[in-house]
Amino acid sequence: MNTSTKRGLALLAGASSLAMLLSACSSNTPNSTTSGSPAGGDSGGSDQVTLTVVGLKAGSTPEAYQGLADQVADFQSKNPGIKIVTMDYEWKATTFAADLAGGTLPDVYEIPFTDSKTLAANNQIADMNDYLSQFPYGGAFNASVLQYGKGTDGHVYAIPAKSIYGIGLHYNRDLFTQAGLDPDKPPTTWDELRTAAKAITDKTGQAGFCQMTSNGTGGWQLTVDTYARGGSMETLAADGTATATVNNDATKAALQFLKDLRWTDNAMGANFTYDWGSINQAFAAGQCGMYTSGQDVYVSLVQSNGMDPKIYGLTMIPLDGSKAGVLGGGTLAAVNTKTSDAQKEAAVKWISYFYLDRYSSESAAVANAKLTLANDQPVGVPELPIFSDQDYANYQQWIKPYVNVPLDQMTNFTSKIGAATLINEPPVATQDVYASLDPAVQAVLTDQNADVSALLDEANTTAQRAIDKAASGDEQ
Amino acid sequence: MSTTSTDVTPRTLATGKTLGESGVRRDLRPPTPATGKAQAVRGKSARGKGVKAGPRVGAHTPVTWVKKGGLTTLVFALPVIVIFGVFSWYPIVRSIIMAFQETNLVTAKWVGLDNFRWVLTDPDLPRACLNTAYFLGLALLIGFPVPLIGAILMSEVKRLKGVYTVLAYLPVVIPPVVSVLLWKFFYDARSEGVFNALLGYIGLGPYPWLNDKFWAMPSLVLEATWAGAGATVIIYLAALIAVPTNLYEAAELDGAGIWKKLWHVTLPHLRGVLFITFILQIIATAQVFLEPYLFTGGGPNKATLTILLMIYNYAFGASLGSDYGSATALSVMLAIVLAIFSLIYFRLTKSWSQS
Repeated sequence: MNTSTKRGLALLAGASSLAMLLSACSSNTPNSTTSGSPAGGDSGGSDQVTLTVVGLKAGSTPEAYQGLADQVADFQSKNPGIKIVTMDYEWKATTFAADLAGGTLPDVYEIPFTDSKTLAANNQIADMNDYLSQFPYGGAFNASVLQYGKGTDGHVYAIPAKSIYGIGLHYNRDLFTQAGLDPDKPPTTWDELRTAAKAITDKTGQAGFCQMTSNGTGGWQLTVDTYARGGSMETLAADGTATATVNNDATKAALQFLKDLRWTDNAMGANFTYDWGSINQAFAAGQCGMYTSGQDVYVSLVQSNGMDPKIYGLTMIPLDGSKAGVLGGGTLAAVNTKTSDAQKEAAVKWISYFYLDRYSSESAAVANAKLTLANDQPVGVPELPIFSDQDYANYQQWIKPYVNVPLDQMTNFTSKIGAATLINEPPVATQDVYASLDPAVQAVLTDQNADVSALLDEANTTAQRAIDKAASGDEQ
Repeated sequence: MSTTSTDVTPRTLATGKTLGESGVRRDLRPPTPATGKAQAVRGKSARGKGVKAGPRVGAHTPVTWVKKGGLTTLVFALPVIVIFGVFSWYPIVRSIIMAFQETNLVTAKWVGLDNFRWVLTDPDLPRACLNTAYFLGLALLIGFPVPLIGAILMSEVKRLKGVYTVLAYLPVVIPPVVSVLLWKFFYDARSEGVFNALLGYIGLGPYPWLNDKFWAMPSLVLEATWAGAGATVIIYLAALIAVPTNLYEAAELDGAGIWKKLWHVTLPHLRGVLFITFILQIIATAQVFLEPYLFTGGGPNKATLTILLMIYNYAFGASLGSDYGSATALSVMLAIVLAIFSLIYFRLTKSWSQS
């Protein structure tokens, strides 16, 4: 009797620990049905559609979260049948693939221009072609922007949403002044840039010019420098096959320029492991005289790195030759391929409300500007037109009273970018091509005897391998 | 246990027959659930038909299994089996399967040895192998003796021993990512950087640290040693306590100095532990990922590109990543190499680890 009681108790204990394990594993299930899958029970009963969307970067200020919550409440009151659930999100090359594979992305998420074609080809984002006309202006997006969201079948998959950028040259007005340079007349040629960088290092001891080198940003910025000298990283044949051309003369000139600036002038400081985030930190801390990055980076400099807006200056990247252009990019909103039709309808409404209405409706623009201002965040950072130039001009007019960004320190950029040629990022295996170039940029900055041609030949082999692999993957 | 009991049973049975049935019973009853089939069969034949207890012991039905508490055993083991199965064995099997597939984790296609071919023709692979070997060598050169010397010194200290132990172990407590980011800040290559400023006071530097192909790898090893030595120090300290003090006394009586005591008493006693920490360190450093990933991303110019970093880059390097096939192929090859290496190592050192 005694042993059988013991045995029964032991069985009970074992069973309960098993039950705990199972419940621990399954406790995610209710969450994931509300957040992800289309056929979740909650969309069935009362015609209530639940939509998970991209929220803020993790660690944003409480004011920013409050602002987002206000927007969600406002949207839900206007669209009673839709329930919005926001998720913290930041697009990163290194985590996106894992999220995509793990199915943990929200129903509406953000992707860079470069990714949508591949995602569309892999059936990993929903076809939104039928919904295009429901967006503001009947979906009459700036054609050169909308093309990024189109798949190879010509359908629109991803919707241009925000942060449409061209690369600009950011400079520290304080360091310019200290070095005896005129902060209102930033360099317009690469030679002038080199002279200015040397002057800054000689007079202030800080790096005159900084360059990103890591996590694919080295290749990204080298592409920028290549475009600014009229070169290109890939050529497309008539049948669509791509050939890597990263060892072209413009890229060689760009690398040689960096090498001279580093070793002949010693004007690039001592740290060469920068990526997008850490170069912003260094610039905001006054350690960089100049660097190149997207023109919208001002937001991050102020919001995340505590930069004093007074030191900031923005101008055009020097363009050399008639074929030279500015690399452009931006963020698209994509809809999860697992969503139901009802969720897609809701997604269209949310994307319009959250990203686009401000460009088409004065009241939305003003409301958004007021909210951003109330949360102490930058209003009026220069953008490139997502619809027509005229629409963007109207938008600027609407928000004018709320602008808290030193636009007069950016006129060297804003007055000229409209006339410049915007060039797309390399179309095939973009991130891999960038990654193949990182080592070359790192090498010229850390090795005095680096051989520019040999480095680029090696990178070209790696890039071509990636391109061929991407091409063979698309065929299946 | 089971072999001895089966050996014994026939003999007791033989004698048991002369002693009477009760004696047989007593000898037969005890068999634990682990008793083998052979014994049950033997018992049955020896005792013949008339014995009632026979079928009960012999039949291995689910009912007897449940009655003997098999269910409880299973239920108790199940959580562990499930956890291991889901989080350990299933991923291992899955990754081996994926090594032969082209997959984006949604749709998969069998591609035979294509992934292995792709990895083996990657021009970066030789460099990654050399870099990993270099890291391994440096880590052994610096990381193997440092904790040993630290532990021996600490065991000699009589006062405040606890304080030294805590100080040595403290870096292990800091989350690895935090310590790497901390050191990345220390490694600022400007002359105002923390290390450069400190070394500047004694007239050294400034050094480029992570920004030079020669300096980058030693910089990573330095941090890795700092971060990992504490755990090994604790293991050595524990082993040192186990060395009988009378051996030292005897050695002292024989006129041994500190070096001779170390060489003839301490190290031989630590041999078993050293042997294990050595192989553990090799396996761990062959899989170095965190330091190159966070410090340099493999740079400058691939100077710190390791095999694990390559695996990561295959799978997640580009935003659309999804070359999981090549990543798992390289992982499988690395696992095989490490397994073979461990086997050879254990073979070669078998003789001297037992002495």
